[in-house]
Amino acid sequence: MIHSLFLINCSGDIFLEKHWKSVVSQSVCDYFFEAQEKAADVENVPPVISTPHHYLISIYREKIFFVSVIQTEVPPLFVIEFLHRVADTFQDYFGECSETAIKDNVVIVYELLEEMLDNGFPLATESNILKELIKPPTILRSVVNSITGSSNMGETLPTGQLSNIPWRRAVVKYTNNEAYFDVIEEIDAIIDKSGSTVFAEIQGVIDSCIKLSGMPDLSLSFMNPRLLDDVSFHPCIRFKRWESERVLSFIPPDGNFRLISYRVSSQNLVAIPVYVKHIISFKENSSSGRFDVTIGPKQNMGKTVEGVIVTVHMPKAVLNMNLTSTQGSYTFDPVLKVLTWDIGKITPQKLPNLKGIVNLQSGAPKPEENPSLNVQFKIQQLAISGLKVNRLDMFGEKYKPFKGVKYITKAGKFQVRT
Amino acid sequence: MEQGSLLAKISEASCNIRSVLEMAGSLQVTLKPEPSVEERELANAAADQYEQNLTVNEDLKQMLESNKDSAKLDAMKRIVGMIAKGKNASELFPAVVKNVASKNIEIKKLVYVYLMRYAEEQQDLALLSISTFQRALKDPNQLIRASALRVLSSIRVPIIVPIMMLAIKEASADLSPYVRKNAAHAIQKLYSLDPEQKEMLIEVIEKLLKDKSTLVAGSVVMAFEEVCPDRIDLIHKNYRKLCNLLVDVEEWGQVVIIHMLTRYARTQFVSPWKEDPASFSAQDISALGMNQDCVIKDGVLEEDNEKDFYESDEEQKEKDQKVKKPYAMDPDHRLLIRNTKPLLQSRNAAVVMAVAQLYWHLAPKSEAGIVSKSLVRLLRSNREVQYIVLQNIATMSIQRKGMFEPYLKSFYVRSTDPTMIKTSKLEILTNLANEANISTLLREFQTYVKSQDKQFAAATIQAIGRCATNISEVTDTCLNGLVCLLSNRDEIVVAESVVVIKKLLQTQPAHHGEIIKHMAKLLDTITVPVARASILWLIGEYCERVPKIAPDVLRKMAKSFTNEDDLVKLQILNLGAKLYLTNSKQTKLLTQYILNLGKYDQSYDIRDRTRFIRQLIVPNEKSGALSKYAKKIFLAQKPAPLLESPFKDRDRFQLGTLSHTLNTKAIGYLELSNWPEVAPDPSVRNVEVIELGKEWSVALGKAKKEKPTEKFYSDSEEEESASTTDTESESTSESEKEKNGKEEGSSMENSESSSEELSDSESESKEGSAKKKFKTTEESDSDDTEKKTKMISKKRESSGSSDSESSSTEESSSDSESESDSESDAESRKHKNAIASKRKQMAVPEKKASSKQDVSLLDLDDFNPVSTPVAVPTPAILSPSLVADLEGLSLSRSSVIDVSSPIFVPMKTHELLHRMSGKGLAAHYHFSRQPCIYGNQMVSVQVTLTNTTDQKLENIHVGERKLPAGMKMHVFNPIEFLEPEESITVSMGIDFCDSTQTASFQLCTKEDHFNVNIQPPVGELLLPVTMSEKDFKTEQGMLTGMNETSTTITVAPQNSTRLVLLEKVVKAANLGVVPSGQDNIHRFSAKTVHSGSLMLVTVELKEGSTAQLIINTEKTVIGSILLRELKPVLSQG
Repeated sequence: MIHSLFLINCSGDIFLEKHWKSVVSQSVCDYFFEAQEKAADVENVPPVISTPHHYLISIYREKIFFVSVIQTEVPPLFVIEFLHRVADTFQDYFGECSETAIKDNVVIVYELLEEMLDNGFPLATESNILKELIKPPTILRSVVNSITGSSNMGETLPTGQLSNIPWRRAVVKYTNNEAYFDVIEEIDAIIDKSGSTVFAEIQGVIDSCIKLSGMPDLSLSFMNPRLLDDVSFHPCIRFKRWESERVLSFIPPDGNFRLISYRVSSQNLVAIPVYVKHIISFKENSSSGRFDVTIGPKQNMGKTVEGVIVTVHMPKAVLNMNLTSTQGSYTFDPVLKVLTWDIGKITPQKLPNLKGIVNLQSGAPKPEENPSLNVQFKIQQLAISGLKVNRLDMFGEKYKPFKGVKYITKAGKFQVRT
Repeated sequence: MEQGSLLAKISEASCNIRSVLEMAGSLQVTLKPEPSVEERELANAAADQYEQNLTVNEDLKQMLESNKDSAKLDAMKRIVGMIAKGKNASELFPAVVKNVASKNIEIKKLVYVYLMRYAEEQQDLALLSISTFQRALKDPNQLIRASALRVLSSIRVPIIVPIMMLAIKEASADLSPYVRKNAAHAIQKLYSLDPEQKEMLIEVIEKLLKDKSTLVAGSVVMAFEEVCPDRIDLIHKNYRKLCNLLVDVEEWGQVVIIHMLTRYARTQFVSPWKEDPASFSAQDISALGMNQDCVIKDGVLEEDNEKDFYESDEEQKEKDQKVKKPYAMDPDHRLLIRNTKPLLQSRNAAVVMAVAQLYWHLAPKSEAGIVSKSLVRLLRSNREVQYIVLQNIATMSIQRKGMFEPYLKSFYVRSTDPTMIKTSKLEILTNLANEANISTLLREFQTYVKSQDKQFAAATIQAIGRCATNISEVTDTCLNGLVCLLSNRDEIVVAESVVVIKKLLQTQPAHHGEIIKHMAKLLDTITVPVARASILWLIGEYCERVPKIAPDVLRKMAKSFTNEDDLVKLQILNLGAKLYLTNSKQTKLLTQYILNLGKYDQSYDIRDRTRFIRQLIVPNEKSGALSKYAKKIFLAQKPAPLLESPFKDRDRFQLGTLSHTLNTKAIGYLELSNWPEVAPDPSVRNVEVIELGKEWSVALGKAKKEKPTEKFYSDSEEEESASTTDTESESTSESEKEKNGKEEGSSMENSESSSEELSDSESESKEGSAKKKFKTTEESDSDDTEKKTKMISKKRESSGSSDSESSSTEESSSDSESESDSESDAESRKHKNAIASKRKQMAVPEKKASSKQDVSLLDLDDFNPVSTPVAVPTPAILSPSLVADLEGLSLSRSSVIDVSSPIFVPMKTHELLHRMSGKGLAAHYHFSRQPCIYGNQMVSVQVTLTNTTDQKLENIHVGERKLPAGMKMHVFNPIEFLEPEESITVSMGIDFCDSTQTASFQLCTKEDHFNVNIQPPVGELLLPVTMSEKDFKTEQGMLTGMNETSTTITVAPQNSTRLVLLEKVVKAANLGVVPSGQDNIHRFSAKTVHSGSLMLVTVELKEGSTAQLIINTEKTVIGSILLRELKPVLSQG
């Protein structure tokens, strides 16, 4: 399946290679560089490239290309999903998945890759198991290791891999037993010129942090489970139980993990918490234009909308912008032509407004399309779909855990066409 | 294997050659100011090598030989760092290998890493380490045994093949499943090292396939796929086990197993898609032949079907039933489809895709729909996942539009998407376009055309072109829109438009002289070669339509010939030749001049073409018989190009595979075979002879008892399948239903009471509000229970007889519909007198009905939460929301526009039912052109029923309705009786959804029922509005481009006076007259009944009894139909 892996940074250096079968020469990456050159933009590099003897399947994460070399037919998503899992694992281990982090921890990276794949077929991809095999680096451990010469290899052999609950490591012990759930919802929307919603849906996830001793068996129930019409589960969830009772029943992995992700797509259920008033116009035969944007709260269930940032990709012909904002600060990157307006909190009494003059390159034709506005925002203590956790029950252990649920709503791909 | 290694070597060699060549190439370019990447790398590598040889190696060797573990570890870490960077560390082999037996785990592991990398290069030395592994293979700890096997098999040294073989054989019988899993991995490794071992390895695979552990399953199937994918016979006995284990296998294994089982199923089962109408049972017909709007019913039905199959099969007694049914799905086939369904909810995109392709390739067509929701979910994922999933959806959407139509909006493009995602989405949108959604889509496309991403804008233009050819209603609109784009500032956009217009004109060259003229003008400004070539070709092809311009164009081109692109030159030659043949008087000299220029052109292609054309068209003695046919050759009718999706033939590859993504056959692609005509013997899958006697589901139950720990999720499922008595399963489902029913009751109450609040103000005058509230809740409750019992009884019925089932489902759904209808009807009756504002009154019941419908849909969803996900977002729901959108749009800007009363009500009646075919009952209908009292989106229809018999006709009512998606109908109250020779006029309301689709329904009497249908003339889908001339003009100004259709007509002389013209127009369509300041321009306005979109009609009389007819509307489809209908009205006397 997966023959080799090359990690390539933005400037085109291959800074790590790993082969699971016989060695494939680095020159195979030339085809990748060729495609990269053709695509101009990193985002547009095709994920699957065919070369005379190999196929290259790549992902782009955190300014690194993970390029895998394939020799025979394999479902491309299989490889893509695996590569993302590798990147996730790096993130998990080193806190970030950057070139420096990987270079600094090259031995751990190599050990991880060795465990994750055998002969090109995924072997251990669960973070709980990997952490038993190879301990993540901490400052304390690295100091101790350098003095005593002990290793970051797990001393005990992992047993999780052998159990029928492969995602949970064995013999977990905590003094404080806690279980936290974050219900995070993102609103994806396209709002058209006149302010009406062209498309809207809610993408939600429940991220959990569970630190419970022993083998707890949890069941999480919702006040309104019928809201969740399209759900994907962590493998720990008992599917049949959900089917019949709409209750999430599971033995959790230890630590942080994503319990479910879901989608609420029915359009009338999606409340749009902000509105944007905008006048963006460019005059014919003149080198300036008008820019006037106001943002205000709407349908926000009495909660404050905060962390508001408006990003606008201005047309190429824009030279600079002279604006004044009533709230927050704005920056305009004249190279990328990106306007960023960091607003912060919206107070309904005084709506934030940004207006002024757009200067165009003289002689350039008037831009045809007004740029669309990308809006980011955050609302604490609210799940916009109305999803509510009812209760969490624990079986199988005697202690009383500390439980907590947090709701948050964010803007996902929230775009206002002007 | 030799072949394999040879290939690998060849590939490596060629790679090397390639890189060398490239280096050479870069060296050649000495002008480069900086050294190229290759050069720099070369320099670096050389320096590294040098450095390494001198200092590092010695240093490392010493460290490795020291006594301290920490020094060794340090050295090993540095070596691994070198390997990671791709530097050569092979020199250290002897020093490293000594440490293979180190006690320190980390050193040991790092040595393993080193060994796997270099053992192939240093085979002799590698043998030193073998004994260590052999010892470890006997270790009591299973993990050590496993890892020893892993490393041993990863050392690619051919000499140890026998040792590996032995180790694999031993490990495959190990007690630990983890070791067995590693044995499965080792099989592939050994096979790639030495294919000679195939036979022996297959034996091991066979043994491991029988393994019952979920840990082993994925790996062994992987080995099977690699070593002997054609030995399908090995799967038979394990098929059911694999199906049942599937949920518990780790996610990567799931992908592999699902792909393998898909291939397997295609060889073992007969096609579930057979469409032989004669052999269908009633059930199947109703399941497959249903319209899209019946998907809900469909889902329910299929589910029942499914149960039916199982029950009958598990009990193994209903053989007679099988004989009756020509196609019954093999229970094993069904098992696979059922057991993969939960995996659609996996977090792993690859698993979801694997299930989706399985459903696509194996499931009955009516069931494949359930995967679309999950696929759409994946679109939220990373860019790469999106890319692959979109490609697969594109392929699917060509064949089965219905699957993704409900998710149309999920494919809308954002300006921040990467171009490759944008184009894939556009592709899907184009595939999904149909008459119903085209106007929304075209509006969306208009946004895209303006995109800053010009490559994408160009792709959009092509998409519009494809929509135009596929949907004939909008061809004219699209063409007009594209012509507007010709004046765009961006050249790429213009060029692409030209190319697409050329293709469009070719498909219908009827009367587009104007456009061709327009394009001829563009030749002066446009520079993109493809576009110029296209224009020239068009002029040449239709030179007879533009007789004056064509020679002039040729003259201009002759002037600029030498400076043109080759592509354009070829077309100039073509144009010359065609003109020479049709109009030789004017163009003879010009053509000869061009031919002379072409003769000495640099490109041989052009010289070649010149020579060919000259011989063909210029008559001389030497030219053969061919020149006689020159005209026929050049001016032959050319077939119009088919604008097709680039994904059209991708479905020859299995979905989700690499080959599908690349659209070429990848190495090692395993072909999906066609369904066999006759299913091979299904008994091969029976596990044991003893078990054959019993039901195998019981055997499964046993298996479960044997190893209860292994089943983690599938517990309840197992139980379910183990419960052979259908009563049990039914009772559980019943209780489930009951629960749902309760919940639903409360939600219904809510919706009811909320809408109640709205109508309270009106109803209070009649009754105490409290009382009424109570009443309604009661009502809804009773409704509930009624429905529930109906559903249950239906289920009962379904298990008994399959025939009655389809009818009962249909009945129940139509019942629920009529329930809501009658309720709202009663409501409206009550209110009728009390309310002043008519519109408000209509809004209330309308709202109520719709909210109610929503609820009932949710209910159905709950009855079977798994199978109906498709049902929820069917067009039925989509369109109202769309409508709401549209309404919002039109309301927001047309506050000045009011509906007025019709100017003219035609008395023309249409026949609904002839008295001969109606057994004496005759029915006629006509459109009253009044706003409908049953709902403001409905068209009111007056139906006159006449009894021509000599007996009383009793209970005349509307029976079963077959309405296209989204259409609603409000029927008249049943007529108790109709005396002989008597007639009665009743009114109905039909919401045609602004389309000219036919509303079919049954007109029933006590004894008979007759199928009748009403198709509205487009003019009746409108309501006249009044507006000032100024408003009209501003509205018209907003509805240009795609939203405008126009034509020139010849007006009959008697029609040219104002009064006659007005009369004619309002007679043909329900339009309102807009006062006009000019005598020769007449304006009419209306809005569509359903969506309230404006429809503006302008008739501009010109000299010589011609007139320009312009229609501006967002509803482009109706607009163009109206245009077509008005044309004859004005041109005929």
